[in-house]
Amino acid sequence: MRETPSSSHGFPGRLFVFEGLDGSGKSTQASLLGKWLGARGYRVFRTEWNSSELVSSTIRRGKKKGLLTPTTFSLLHATDFADRFDRQILPPLRAGYVVLCDRYSYTAFVRDTARGCDPAWVRTIYSFAPRPDRVFYFRVPVAVTLKRKIASRLKISYYEAGMDLGLSDDIEESYARFQSRLKQVYEDLAVSDQFTVIDSTRSVEAIQADLRSHVAPMLGHFPTQTRLMHDG
Amino acid sequence: MTDRTYGTRLPGMTTETLAGKLIVVEGADGSGRTTEVALLKDFLEVEGHAVVDTGLRRSDLVSAEIDRAKQGHTLGATTLALLYAVDFADQLENKIIPALTAGSTVLADRYIYTLMARAIARGASREWARVLYGFALRPDLVVFLDARPEILLHRAISKYGSLDYWESGMDLSLSRDLFESFFLYQDRLSREFEWMAGEYSFHRVDANRTPEQVHADVLERVRPLYGPVPAADPPKSGGKARSPVSAARGRAASGSRARRGARPPE
Repeated sequence: MRETPSSSHGFPGRLFVFEGLDGSGKSTQASLLGKWLGARGYRVFRTEWNSSELVSSTIRRGKKKGLLTPTTFSLLHATDFADRFDRQILPPLRAGYVVLCDRYSYTAFVRDTARGCDPAWVRTIYSFAPRPDRVFYFRVPVAVTLKRKIASRLKISYYEAGMDLGLSDDIEESYARFQSRLKQVYEDLAVSDQFTVIDSTRSVEAIQADLRSHVAPMLGHFPTQTRLMHDG
Repeated sequence: MTDRTYGTRLPGMTTETLAGKLIVVEGADGSGRTTEVALLKDFLEVEGHAVVDTGLRRSDLVSAEIDRAKQGHTLGATTLALLYAVDFADQLENKIIPALTAGSTVLADRYIYTLMARAIARGASREWARVLYGFALRPDLVVFLDARPEILLHRAISKYGSLDYWESGMDLSLSRDLFESFFLYQDRLSREFEWMAGEYSFHRVDANRTPEQVHADVLERVRPLYGPVPAADPPKSGGKARSPVSAARGRAASGSRARRGARPPE
């Protein structure tokens, strides 16, 4: 095997993480990057931060009974992420894939600390998740994400808007305030955890070109599918 | 506020005004824990204290998910540890803290320590487990019923007629032999309880003895928590018909019989 283990996590694959507010364009960009890598012969695995049945059903029940607190909410998402990590992230990483993660433990950190959880506590809980090779943070003003959200006609959910924090009775107002809080935590993390900041106010094409120029040099000796077949 | 917990604040919770006492009884399955909890509850209620009892895996929030996970054995060790933490946090915030706020004594049949020991035995680091449960309230007293593995084995067999899959740590693949796995697993757990006994100031009670002896030991530590008994307490009489030990044991035994068919021991 010619695969050079990554310096940060020690697995043969590569782990690229896409973080940012809802509507920051990161999913579109992750998808385009995956297409490009696939066309170049890399084995690519893309995974998203989707709530599993376990979490969504529990949250539904908890919300109805008014039982959920910032602590249980946080632990519930940690449970879900641990499961997703075991099933979806770790195996391809060990098998030498380029893993593209649309949201990672940083999403939990940002949301939980915005709800008042102790940052050191959240960080330790998620310490089972290795440091990615690169975290791309899609920076965009809150006003832009709100405009995109409304244009998409998707309903703003209770927790997405941080309604549980009592910031405002108006869901759009609460959403804007909560997202501003999240953005502040993202900005701090970008510095402390050395995120690669992507200016997401530009055109889709310009952002994608930027991303590709970041990723290409990190795959220098990384095997493509054809090369692997010859190796095997 | 964090001095009431093990280091992590509980967002949205008030813990400055907890009037009640939190008493924890820890010990392996077969250590006589259930019997002692029943005796202690009787004692406290006779003394005039309101008692709320609690244990593991009894919250409404995720107990069904835990049952499902245990049946399918499909969840990873970290995932399962976190699922138990959700359950504990839910009980702490929705049951234990409200009861303590109301001035009741909360009597916990196991607490975070069992959950920590199980998680560590399955590969979590002590530090991770310690921080994970950093939001738990510090109990006023932790009684640790310490019994030898041979005693646990005999009690498990006489109580359930067999060894339990989970209590034997069969999910760890320590051995394909249930009997051997039981000892290897209990050994791992007791190593962690040994560490926690110091770290969390357990009051260790020799549980290789009779329930009466164990209970007498426990009361020695429980009485001082409440200060002097009020003078208005009338002298007790006519209570000799049945010893409190045998009465409580009867209740504990019938409780475990009722649960036996429904779910494995916790």
